[in-house]
Amino acid sequence: MAEQLIGRDIAPPDLRAKVTGRAKYAEDFRADNMAFAKLLLSPMPHARVRSVDASRALAMDGVIDIMRADEVPAVEGPREQALTDEPKYEGEPILAVVAETEEIAAAALEAIEVDLEPLPFVLDPLDSLRPGGPSAYTEGNRFAGQDGWMDLKWSDQNFADIAAGNMPDVDSELTTSNWEKGDVDAAMAEADLVLEEAIVHQSVSHHPMEPRSTMAYWENGRLVIHVSTQSAQRAKQTVAGIFDMDEGDVTCIAEYCGGGFGGKIAGTTHMVIAPLLARKIGRPVMHRVTRYEENYLGRARPGFQSWVKMGFRADGKVTAIDLITVQDSGPYGAGDLNSGASTADLIYTPASMRFRGVAMYANTPPKAAQRAPGGAQIVGMLEPIHDKAARELGVDRLAMRRLNAPTADVEFGPRNGTLTSVFAREALDMAAEAFDWEGKQALSGRRNGSKVTGVGLALSPYTAGSRGYDGLMIIRPDGQLQVHQGIGNLGTHSIADTARPAAELLGLNWDQVEILWGNSTQGQPRSSVQAGSQTTHAHTRANLAAATDALRKIRAIASNRLGGSPGSYNVDNGRVSGPGGSMTFGQVAEAAIAMGGEYDGSVLPEDISATETLPVAQRLTGQGLMGIARDNYGGQGGLQSWVAGMALVELDEETGMVELLEYVGMADCGTVIHPRSLNAQILGGSIQGMGMAMSQKWVFDPQYGVPFANRLYTARPPGILDVPTNMLAGAIGIPDPQTPVGAKGIGEPPVGAGSAALTTAIADAMGGTCLCRTPLTPDIILAELEGREIPFSPLQQHVG
Amino acid sequence: MGEVESVGLLEQKHSRRTFIKGVVAAGATVASANYMLNGTSVLGAAAVQSQTERMITLNVNGQQRRVDVLPNETLAMTLRYKLNLTGTKLGCDRAECGACTLLIDGVNQYGCSILTHSVRGREVTTVEGLEDPDTGELSLVQQAVMDEGGFQCAFCAPGFIMSMTALIEQNPNPTRAEAAHALSGNLCRCADYDKILNCAMRAGELAQNA
Repeated sequence: MAEQLIGRDIAPPDLRAKVTGRAKYAEDFRADNMAFAKLLLSPMPHARVRSVDASRALAMDGVIDIMRADEVPAVEGPREQALTDEPKYEGEPILAVVAETEEIAAAALEAIEVDLEPLPFVLDPLDSLRPGGPSAYTEGNRFAGQDGWMDLKWSDQNFADIAAGNMPDVDSELTTSNWEKGDVDAAMAEADLVLEEAIVHQSVSHHPMEPRSTMAYWENGRLVIHVSTQSAQRAKQTVAGIFDMDEGDVTCIAEYCGGGFGGKIAGTTHMVIAPLLARKIGRPVMHRVTRYEENYLGRARPGFQSWVKMGFRADGKVTAIDLITVQDSGPYGAGDLNSGASTADLIYTPASMRFRGVAMYANTPPKAAQRAPGGAQIVGMLEPIHDKAARELGVDRLAMRRLNAPTADVEFGPRNGTLTSVFAREALDMAAEAFDWEGKQALSGRRNGSKVTGVGLALSPYTAGSRGYDGLMIIRPDGQLQVHQGIGNLGTHSIADTARPAAELLGLNWDQVEILWGNSTQGQPRSSVQAGSQTTHAHTRANLAAATDALRKIRAIASNRLGGSPGSYNVDNGRVSGPGGSMTFGQVAEAAIAMGGEYDGSVLPEDISATETLPVAQRLTGQGLMGIARDNYGGQGGLQSWVAGMALVELDEETGMVELLEYVGMADCGTVIHPRSLNAQILGGSIQGMGMAMSQKWVFDPQYGVPFANRLYTARPPGILDVPTNMLAGAIGIPDPQTPVGAKGIGEPPVGAGSAALTTAIADAMGGTCLCRTPLTPDIILAELEGREIPFSPLQQHVG
Repeated sequence: MGEVESVGLLEQKHSRRTFIKGVVAAGATVASANYMLNGTSVLGAAAVQSQTERMITLNVNGQQRRVDVLPNETLAMTLRYKLNLTGTKLGCDRAECGACTLLIDGVNQYGCSILTHSVRGREVTTVEGLEDPDTGELSLVQQAVMDEGGFQCAFCAPGFIMSMTALIEQNPNPTRAEAAHALSGNLCRCADYDKILNCAMRAGELAQNA
């Protein structure tokens, strides 16, 4: 019997390269005669370029050329261009210079004179909604598609309510998205308890370890690009689209990505700089992005300013939610606020909910999806309010979460979305047992000198899969299974793990499987983006579909060569055996090549992607037995995975410091493919959420609109000493009933769990006080504990 | 136009690589990439003005490497762009993340914050120098990472592995807390800290049995 592959810890095939330094990320590639690019970044949050004088720079030894905004692909409306003459955030690239060395390029930037006209700017979205307030664009603050630009302003009454500390009654006309179900006002009137809070959730920079560097060159009209991206096949597609090229003429190398977290989904905006310059000067160009630059170019999770009113029944059931969210969308937009609202509906299942959202442009660094976009913010902010209700109603918090958590029949969000499965309560129960919820609850409020113990609890869902992609694999004459993966390799191990069910179906041991990934010349089928926790679900399915196709062909060949019916043949250990005898997979592959037709891919299925998979498969015909299929398994409803997070903290009332003593994260993510990697996703994602809740801050100078906290040390993600040396993760392991492998994704849900486990633990240590703000830096905690007036308004963004 | 061949210690398969290795061993500047030569000619004037000698010999991974170095050049840049040792990563350029950690005379330091000139006569070890050049056998820290499936995106891995190497050298039997302190100069944005500590514990086990 071949070994079991699902549910085991198997090191990914790229690990040796990673530990020896051979793994090449975008900035590790070199090419003959390579030149170096550097960007001139705007020193102002909003400005217009009046003129550029680069004559001194161009006269410098070693400076090759510059590139201006009119040389990059143009965009219309509030969309991002790689270079611009109207920068809309401090740090936005205005022009690029290319030189013999990076040092010369940097020196050349200093010699370029740019005359900038400063323009009004917006840092805090509420300022832009205020009558008479500034707009992030000269044309207005809202882009209404064909109707063009307009000014969206809330009423004076709205701002009077806000100033009085109340939730404003914003007319739905004055929102950018809104929905309602049930009768919220009636439900609030009937509720036994209504809590109302104003919330500030700051923006959070992605800061992957690898900045978004690119190296590119052109060869006979073909483009070779080494790009730092989460997704491989989709990034190639994006590059081809930008340059209006046949995808076959783009070689996209994305074998390793040093983290993305949503900031590099299908390539990056600024990946075009190197290829454009390379074409212009006829040489390879390296565009190394520094950490300082990454802070600006590298995307951020959008901040929220929200008001929420939650209605509760005496037993703790949430009956109504009224949510208003104003989002800092940066200069180019983001969608977090809407997914945040749906998440609120999903976790508390109120019968009535009203959402009013305003996505506001601001002259802050660009926003993008970041691991559980919208959901993580909302979970981190609402869970302490939920706990406050538990405290006031005298209900156990865990029991109250179980009461409010959905089951598989849930309908949520504006379109009454349904789910394939929900085992949220099971995840809560597993976490409670591992954490010893009862025992830990008893420690709540315990004092040890100046330290107070707090116990936190969170339930966090997020999207966990998609359907309908293509799988492609070849059994070669040497008997190896070669799996063509079009997904990306940013450390989730899904390039290998999503092939395991396929290999298991084919009765192969893991050393008989070879994964091809990240190099577009090897052939990549139509694949999901490596984002939204999609790939574990999407590509275990797509690969299983392709393996099922391969198995059918193997049996047909065995039947053809050895006699007997195809169904009487079985596969194991790289052989197919049945009544007529046995063949090795190598022999099967040779037979497939000899037989041609569908067996070696000469004839291809009609339902695979005609534009993305078909041309790739056509180039791979005749190499062995081809397994190729679209994922037609179907399914009803969306997918969400869940993490229940529990934390034990000590809050030092003298210093405002919070120490995390224990953390447990337990998931509902279906069948577990790779336990060790799953635990790493749960804990790593949770810790990212903790950084979001505690330390990663955005601080701006309001006068000039420039960020102060613009490096890792000023907005530090958690380090190894910020977390306990033993943390616990696991999963309930109940298969999703609607997918053949049973596995769902897990990347996103832990972020909200980690964040909210801390925000609830801190609120618990403070006797139920909900600070309703992130990050919870010691100064903010101390100000509250000491009853001091805070030096900023309750809804002010970017203060620390 | 091809990618420039690596000239690392372990690349012995192809004749071109062997040739370059020979050139390096003979003490010539690595001259396989034109951009390096261009840089040399362009910056010639600066060299004349400088009091600092530009052609220096570095002891990297047990090899003597002759290299042309600017007075203000960091070791990380020299390794990555002149010696083609790209295992040392640049994560922040200024001592915030530890991705460029390497060993100087066995002590872990940030390659982004050391001037190349300052390490003349000292032993520089990068992640490429940990593997046995003859047998390809991994160092025990590398093997520990393999055993534990360490790291996610692994951009931080070379730096962590170098810090862990220094740790295990000094303290072959660390506790998790001691390991965390020893590795606290390295940032992992995937926050794979739990697994990284498992690697350190495994490295300790391997060191005990070595």
